[in-house]
Amino acid sequence: MINAVGEPQSLLLLGGTSDIALAIARKYARAGLRVVLAARPSDRRTAAASELSGLGCEVAEVDLDARDHESHAATVEQAFGGGDIDIAVIAFGLLGDPEQAWHDPDMALELAEVNYTAPVHLGVLLGKRMQAQAHGWIVALSSVAGERVRRSNFVYGSTKAGFDGFFLGLGEALRDFGVRVLVVRPGFVKSKMTFGLDEVPLAVTPEQVADAVVDGIKDKRELVWVPGPLRVVMSGLRHVPRPLFRKLPI
Amino acid sequence: MIPQPLVELHGWGRASGTMSHLTQIDSVADAISALRKSDHRGVVPRGLGRSYGDAAQNAGGTALDLTKMNRILSLDASSEPATVTVQAGVSLDHLMRSLLPFGLWVPVLPGTRQVTVGGAIAADVHGKNHHIEGSFGNHVRALDLLMADGEVRTITPDGDTKTLFWATIGGMGLTGAILEATMALQRTETAYFLVDTDRTADIDDLMERMSQGDENYTYSVAWFDAVTKGRHMGRAVLTRGNKAAVPDLPVKLKRDPLKFVAPSLGTLPEIFPNRMINKATAKAFSTAWYFKAPKHRAGELQNITQFFHPLDMVAEWNRVYGPNGFLQYQFVVPFEEDEAFRRCLEMIVNSGHLSCLNVLKRFGPSNPSPLSFPIPGWTLTVDLPIEQGLDKFCDALDTEVVGAGGRVYLAKDSRLSAATFRKMYPRLDEFLEVRREVDPTGIFNSDLARRLQLNTPATGGAA
Ligand SMILES: Cc1cc2nc3c(=O)[nH]c(=O)nc-3n(C[C@H](O)[C@H](O)[C@H](O)COP(=O)(O)OP(=O)(O)OC[C@H]3O[C@@H](n4cnc5c(N)ncnc54)[C@H](O)[C@@H]3O)c2cc1C
Repeated sequence: MINAVGEPQSLLLLGGTSDIALAIARKYARAGLRVVLAARPSDRRTAAASELSGLGCEVAEVDLDARDHESHAATVEQAFGGGDIDIAVIAFGLLGDPEQAWHDPDMALELAEVNYTAPVHLGVLLGKRMQAQAHGWIVALSSVAGERVRRSNFVYGSTKAGFDGFFLGLGEALRDFGVRVLVVRPGFVKSKMTFGLDEVPLAVTPEQVADAVVDGIKDKRELVWVPGPLRVVMSGLRHVPRPLFRKLPI
Repeated sequence: MIPQPLVELHGWGRASGTMSHLTQIDSVADAISALRKSDHRGVVPRGLGRSYGDAAQNAGGTALDLTKMNRILSLDASSEPATVTVQAGVSLDHLMRSLLPFGLWVPVLPGTRQVTVGGAIAADVHGKNHHIEGSFGNHVRALDLLMADGEVRTITPDGDTKTLFWATIGGMGLTGAILEATMALQRTETAYFLVDTDRTADIDDLMERMSQGDENYTYSVAWFDAVTKGRHMGRAVLTRGNKAAVPDLPVKLKRDPLKFVAPSLGTLPEIFPNRMINKATAKAFSTAWYFKAPKHRAGELQNITQFFHPLDMVAEWNRVYGPNGFLQYQFVVPFEEDEAFRRCLEMIVNSGHLSCLNVLKRFGPSNPSPLSFPIPGWTLTVDLPIEQGLDKFCDALDTEVVGAGGRVYLAKDSRLSAATFRKMYPRLDEFLEVRREVDPTGIFNSDLARRLQLNTPATGGAA
């Protein structure tokens, strides 16, 4: 249960080795917090588990393979094995090389599966569990790239557009059951996923995204932009006519 | 049966609501059938929802609304002591009104009459007379308990069933649903009190006076100012009293000495913003309350509402805290730890968290219940609006309280961690042992039980 002062007792991180997921876990970490790290087995996962244990958390590691749909049900089952989950974060995703992505069918398929199909599949499974426990939050890490899909990374953007729409809708559907969904739309996040790419204005750190998640849950929001002003930028961009939009350096 | 729809349930603090299937219980048969139909999310008994946190809610599961089980079943006014048998959903308000004409008095009354007998037993509530009369459970003679196996069992404070009985006292609804209770009553000639009021200069003055004089009064409590810092820290208004006898009353009241006076000022509308309690309002309120009291006044005649339940005059006053809600932090530390107690008080006054309703009391001896809150010592209650930093602040208070061998009251709690709770209640394993025996699969369950891990088998060791 998330207690009266906003402290959860359990977190499930799907994509538990992502920088943002770990930043969120660090914000909530305290003695006795149960954290389930769902990710592919790796040194990174082991390191993350030991870091969080060091902060007093009780950590469980669960295998998650986004592309292996058959395994998802078992992953979710295991994740809830230790009791209710107060906050489940869907943090896995693939950026891919934007030009290769629309030339290489395998890569396009992979992006679609990891960024859309798997989250939808897991989202339904999570939604079921959460509906039965009648409390809890699903945090869906979307992207401004999905808000208006741009030529420069449209394969990725389109997957996030679908992702974003699905989780906004799931949030509406689960509301009556006491379950909330928070969709988070960060701009450019400086993380291992974007390592080596040129930074853009309004770039944020995983810590800033984590802060926005913590605040969003506290304020019972369903949608947040990180940084906040991106919301204004995007609402402007959304209405730019296509011929002009095409020419923007974004 | 059509499953009951989910409704949001929260405690009096309104801070951590969740959705439960609220099922109204009209009869014992209803209760048994609701229990049989419950799924793995289980059931929790619910009274009038006056506990502050998550004790009487059960996310995704069933909450048994027992407030319609509200009949007084029998009264034995001639025995000594007199006893009454009631259904558990009877409110103390109704019970008091019904008993007064017989010159009978409910021995333990919390700060509101709007609680059920079941809730009063499950939280083992205390009143201003704890130092003399102990808590509610001390006066219960027998209970009918609906247990996880669907059987209704009569349990008593001594004899074969005493372990289950005392685990049920203060057991927060987790040993079963109390359906009926028989309790011992006191006698009274009037519905009035003779009250002495003293304004104390600071915390030392207050603690000194309470330690010296409390034994002369059946009822004693202090409201103190938790905003003023420095030299006057802990200045307070101490009110103590005893039941009035007929000769104490003026002629006008003598005609109807047992009349129940309970004026109502109405219900607060739901319009208050989150920051209603701010530095200015808290300071103004605390100063006004302090100076409105006489420096010393002896033998003032007060009615029940004035003396016990001034808050009951305004229904739904918890709305004043706005939609974020608030929490009440009530702790007790043993008498010999009065230094720790003072440190807690200093922490509160200097925290920047503003509390207007602050109550200080001395507890007398505890009873045999493993989870009952009162232990001999100083107990302090503060109301804190939910805002940034309150989590860390309460954690810091917990540390001080645990260090002093003290504890926090579950009926008020909405945030303790399982590990801290275990440190505060050293007899927790005794309770869990009973629970494992009577409810091995955890059919009785609540948000509080999940938060404090009252379902996991005890490992025997410390957390
Ligand atoms: C203004 C105010 C002042 C208060 N002052 C005091 C005070 O001075 N002293 C004090 O001790 N407390 C005080 N309280 C707390 C209150 O007395 C307790 O929380 C009490 O338990 C509330 O009873 P309820 O009927 O509302 O129970 P609920 O809040 O509905 O339930 C409380 C607990 O009792 C259990 N329960 C309820 N009915 C049954 C049943 N039939 N069988 C088994 N379990 C049951 C529930 O499962 C839950 O765990 C105060 C509360 C308020 C709002």
